[in-house]
Amino acid sequence: MTTTRFQELIAKNEAAHARGRRITNIVMLTITGFLTLLAIIPLFWIIGYVIYRGGSTINLDFFTQLSRPLGMTGGGVLFSIEGTIVLAILSCIFAIPPGVLAAFYVARNPNTPLGTALRFGTDVLAGVPSIVMGLFIYTLIVVPEKHYSAWAGGLALAILMLPTIVRTTEEMLKLVPHTLREASLGLGAPEWKTSLSVMFPAALNGIITGFLLAISRSIGETAPLLFTALGNEQYDIGTIIRGGIQSHQSLSAIIGRIINQPVDSLPLTLWKYAQQPYPERIDQSWGVALVLMSFVLSVEIIARLWVESRKRALQG
Amino acid sequence: MKKISVPQRNHWLARFQQSTHHGDALWSVLIIFASLILLALVIGIGWMLWQQSAEARIKFGWSFVLPTSNSTWDPDSGVFQAWAFVYGTLITSLLAILLAIPISVGIAIFLAELCPEAIRLPLNWMIELLAAIPSVVYGLWGIFIFLPKVVVPVGEGLATVFGQVPLLNSFFTGPIPLSGSSRLAASMILTIMIIPTVTAITRDVLLAIPNTQREAAMGMGSTRWEMIWQVLLPYGLSGILGAVILGLGRALGETMAVTMVIGNSLEATNSLLKPGSTMASLLANQFKEAVSQLHTDAMLEIGLTLFVITLILNLIARFLVWQVARRTPQEARA
Repeated sequence: MTTTRFQELIAKNEAAHARGRRITNIVMLTITGFLTLLAIIPLFWIIGYVIYRGGSTINLDFFTQLSRPLGMTGGGVLFSIEGTIVLAILSCIFAIPPGVLAAFYVARNPNTPLGTALRFGTDVLAGVPSIVMGLFIYTLIVVPEKHYSAWAGGLALAILMLPTIVRTTEEMLKLVPHTLREASLGLGAPEWKTSLSVMFPAALNGIITGFLLAISRSIGETAPLLFTALGNEQYDIGTIIRGGIQSHQSLSAIIGRIINQPVDSLPLTLWKYAQQPYPERIDQSWGVALVLMSFVLSVEIIARLWVESRKRALQG
Repeated sequence: MKKISVPQRNHWLARFQQSTHHGDALWSVLIIFASLILLALVIGIGWMLWQQSAEARIKFGWSFVLPTSNSTWDPDSGVFQAWAFVYGTLITSLLAILLAIPISVGIAIFLAELCPEAIRLPLNWMIELLAAIPSVVYGLWGIFIFLPKVVVPVGEGLATVFGQVPLLNSFFTGPIPLSGSSRLAASMILTIMIIPTVTAITRDVLLAIPNTQREAAMGMGSTRWEMIWQVLLPYGLSGILGAVILGLGRALGETMAVTMVIGNSLEATNSLLKPGSTMASLLANQFKEAVSQLHTDAMLEIGLTLFVITLILNLIARFLVWQVARRTPQEARA
């Protein structure tokens, strides 16, 4: 069979077109792979460099000493580590009970007006910039109290954690099989007892994972603490407790002194040190970055591994 | 035989149990109360900032946030116009999202459609870990490594390429400072920080598209890329748009990393290559050192502006994501 010149041209054209499509396909798909690599580069660059710079700063003193005046070598960031722990505990105390209770409500009544409003409110709260929460607590607590304090900082962090806690707890409660709930109610247990002693334990693993993620995110936050916890390089819980015992103060008075004064936290210290022109402060800020980052990343990875292993176990 | 004890009918415990449905009434009150606390917080944040910024709002009106040719921020004479910072926030966030869209969508395509099963989970994790690194650590790395090594060369390149082009040259007036502190630096750091957000949602949107769409496209003889570009992306467009807006919201509110790399200049220049300020970085720098009540109020009004902008963006984003969720029901693949 002979082909006309016209048909030949068409065939040629089609072949070229198909080749063009194939090439576009390969080129574009390769580009997506490269973009993925491109995004991962900063991750390893940051982690690698922080370990390299921070690793040379960190020693035992770094964790056990208070800060020393400039010009003196050594000194550590104990004040900041203690402050971080105090802030984390306070924010958990403020955020977990209302967060979990609200999650119980929204898991049970997702479509009532309040349930809809609550889910929407959670979304909005998750999107509010963290520095705005700092401003809010500043006007709400710091101005009337007339001083910065650890508990104001804890409250600001708590608002930051709330959306995560509500959302993960709600998701986990929804995953508990209905049969468990019905069995408990069928045995005559009231709703609250079913919620607290059947649903809650059944969902506990996932809920704790949610707490961990919320805490690790809030520990890395600086902006809400700027006008609430302020920072305090002389903060030392050991001294406060010893002083309190020597002067026979009650436990509540000692706790009051711990939470009612400004505290530092690791990211806050990092920020302040990084702005100073002194090389030893810069070195210490890299050390703080290492401590902070290893804490946050390890919590994140452990929580994810835990979730993943449980998912595998559930899928059999 | 053991005697079963039945509470007396008028025993206080029995009455208590009866009147509260065995405690359920109390439980309901408790969980509703907790829910109301959360809602009160959202409303309270807006209300507090509105109330507290009254003085500045009344004194400056809308001119506070609207564009002006020479925006002034002078605590000593008590004249406050925030346009320079609104501009800083908008330009850095918009540039960041423009840079982040192609990268994130590319990554999401790779993760959802192409990636070999074996490396999918680790890659997903690595991208999400980018979101877990504290923003001060980004800032510190930015100051000492990213700015001198990446931003300065990029900025110099941009200044030579676009510095003479009409219309664009006001955005690329060089030279970039030696330290690299500039709006460009803030945008580039923000890009890295919002990639995980945009990627994760886009990936989920792609994964929620029914397989029948893919099969139909491939059955028509399209290549993989054509399937992705002409079928999947249009199908998931509103969801991806939602992801982009959420990413934008994150970029607008990001404080610490931006404050550390933007240079914190109060000058109202247009150039990306010059130091500037964003609303959030101004708050971080000046709020504690406010010299007068009016100064504090003006900054609270900036906080209010930030709150309202992110609130609106979130509304739009949720609406878009919700639309996708409504359209793709159960048949979605895992």
